[in-house]
Amino acid sequence: MPDQVGLELIAAALGEAIPGSVLDTEYFRGEASLQVEPGAIRPVLAELRESHGFRALMSVHGVDYYPHEPRLGVHYQLLDMVRVERIAVKLRVPLDAASVESVTPDWPTANHQEREVYDMFGVEFEGHPDLRRILMPEDYEGHPQRRDFPLGGEPVLFTHNDATSPGWTR
Amino acid sequence: MSTRTDYRRMEDSITLAPLEEQVAAGRAGPNAELLTLNIGPHHPATHGVLRLLVTLEGEVVRDIKPIIGYVHTGIEKTAEDKAYWKVIPVIERMDYLSYYFNAMAFCGAVETLLECEVPKRAQYLRVIHLELNRIMSHLVWLGTSALDLGAMSMFWYCFREREMILDLFEQSSGQRMHTRYFQVGGVMEDIPAGFEAKLREFIAIMPTRVDQYNDLLKRNEILLQRLRNTCTLDEESLLALGVTGPLLRAAGNPWDLRKAAPYSSYEDFEFKIPVGTVGDNYDRYAVRVAEMKESVKIIEQALDGLPEGPHITTDRKVALPPRHELATSMEALIHHFKLVTEGFRVPPGEIYYPIESPRGELGCFVRSDGSAKPARVHMRDPSFVNLQATGPMTRGSYIADLIATLAMLDPILGGIDR
Amino acid sequence: MAVTRESVGDPNSFRARGLLARDLLRGDLEGLELERLVEESILTTTLEKAVDWARSNSLFPATFGLACCAIEMMSIVAARVDVARFGFEAFRASPRQADLLILSGRVSIKMAPVVRRIYDQMLEPKWAIAMGACSSSMGVFNNYAIVPADKFMPVDVHVPGCPPRPEALMHGILKLRKMIQDDPDLSWRERYGAVGTEEVIEVPAESAGA
Repeated sequence: MPDQVGLELIAAALGEAIPGSVLDTEYFRGEASLQVEPGAIRPVLAELRESHGFRALMSVHGVDYYPHEPRLGVHYQLLDMVRVERIAVKLRVPLDAASVESVTPDWPTANHQEREVYDMFGVEFEGHPDLRRILMPEDYEGHPQRRDFPLGGEPVLFTHNDATSPGWTR
Repeated sequence: MSTRTDYRRMEDSITLAPLEEQVAAGRAGPNAELLTLNIGPHHPATHGVLRLLVTLEGEVVRDIKPIIGYVHTGIEKTAEDKAYWKVIPVIERMDYLSYYFNAMAFCGAVETLLECEVPKRAQYLRVIHLELNRIMSHLVWLGTSALDLGAMSMFWYCFREREMILDLFEQSSGQRMHTRYFQVGGVMEDIPAGFEAKLREFIAIMPTRVDQYNDLLKRNEILLQRLRNTCTLDEESLLALGVTGPLLRAAGNPWDLRKAAPYSSYEDFEFKIPVGTVGDNYDRYAVRVAEMKESVKIIEQALDGLPEGPHITTDRKVALPPRHELATSMEALIHHFKLVTEGFRVPPGEIYYPIESPRGELGCFVRSDGSAKPARVHMRDPSFVNLQATGPMTRGSYIADLIATLAMLDPILGGIDR
Repeated sequence: MAVTRESVGDPNSFRARGLLARDLLRGDLEGLELERLVEESILTTTLEKAVDWARSNSLFPATFGLACCAIEMMSIVAARVDVARFGFEAFRASPRQADLLILSGRVSIKMAPVVRRIYDQMLEPKWAIAMGACSSSMGVFNNYAIVPADKFMPVDVHVPGCPPRPEALMHGILKLRKMIQDDPDLSWRERYGAVGTEEVIEVPAESAGA
């Protein structure tokens, strides 16, 4: 884990290389994270790979920050295997402009993971080779892991409500 | 009388040379037809409900498209609806062969957010159960993979050992699978009397059994022909695809989170990381079998060095007080009440906690907003990411190699689909 | 010399039965005694009962493992809880050859039509066991992604547990075997009162030369 100082240095270097990209840094419980501008995600990840050694993208996942705006977040978890350091790159997009450039051309591992973020949260990834739903059926409507999507479920059939439930077994 | 009948001579005269030329050239001929075959989701060889759209030219695989989602359970969304304590049974059922690892990742993440210290004894107990689970997961993998490849007896032998391990789990927690043994702050209960003796019996017998399984398989001509030099993928491509775990180690990269970024007292133990050389299916098989023996060593060291102490954190705001205290102490009663009804509150923050599961890096991302329920739980499942390597691995090989590769990939659809 | 007849005390004792058998062989047994002995010692049954007995003791389960319960289903094939004792070890991969569908695991909404299709492909007589809590009711995950099996296919036995122990699944299968022996309504439509619900699709007549 880069320590606080290391994180600030990385943020400063990124800010010089790609102006306006780094919005915030956070060092919480030993974990370093950068908040970046959504439009600059691909150059930022490329710069982290070239100049700072974070050569492995371990995880791409989405978060719904409802009720805080901008609502949808996408997190990229990077790993430097040589120095055993991790850094998280986070971005946030509002619901009405939920579109992020896909990093799949640079990082093939993001393929399925970005599809999952699209499926569960509705964030569209421009430039993704095959953006379809991955976990839900292809024609499903709605994005289940958003916070305002209902949990769903069926009433469990017991003997006391068997007769009143919609007729499954009869 | 010549033993060479006409029929035999005709058979011998057929060669596949013209087809092999075409395949080697990497192009289909002008009259070749590409067949798209749907394998699964209900198929004996797909290790769960995995659907593959395979584009074949003859028997050679040209492209693979995995389609998943057939066992998607909405675990992450369900976890947002439950208190942190109650998320543990839900999250355990994700990667259903390595349930202790799922619970460890989640508990580790929550403990980091809470800045709660896990007592040493609990850490050692966790290591024992994690390594037992690793052995069990590899045994099921070995049994089912050998079944796929045709070596059917392995299934019964491996499950015989698995029953021994499940007996140990049942002794410590009461359940065979999905034991809910790991809790935030430690483990649910201390190990009972008799557990250590039974575990020592197991440790004494397991290395011999692994050697026996290896002897059955490692020089078997059929297995060698099916696994040696099939579906090789180099380390660079694997890293680009985000593959970790035994698949990466088979290609030569000794990346193991237990050694690189030790968690839960793994730094106290001495064990080796088996690494392959070629990166073919045989190396993937050999790495996992060797890992089983290393896990036995870790368990033995943990059992020998098991320190005394509490089995769960003494912070009563996080862990339930022991039942005998409820009769005498009012605070204990209040803590118990608060923990059971509402659950503990976690300070707001986001954390990503990775551990080394039998399939690779299992990471748990937890976002808490200060309440008693997590705001987001995401498991970075290793099989989900490793599945993307199926295409590059099998392009250009036969469909039989595809089946062998799927077996050696060890996908667990529960983790892939969550 | 007088012949003393000793009466044998207990009519079910080994000695008594031996005497009855001796009388039968000599041809000395007649009437009610003869009928009773024949009923007790010789297996007579109707053809139906024999066929039901054979059918229930040779179920071919379909390999249908979905999730965690599948691992415990594999355990019943393993050596400790050996399903081969009962004759059910022949797990068939093809639904056309299977007559028992053990739904082991959670059925997601994407998988439900596939399961139904597999069930439809099985030939009558066929039975289904919903193994585990997730397929019987919703189980641990009562949410948008799961369907209980009763909603789309008829299930004969529900085995509770998460996952059910292999012994519990064995108990469920044996219960099903008893059900088949006692009440072999072979068509699922008869068992669930769905006779007459077959969907007949009109196929337009093929033109000659097609």
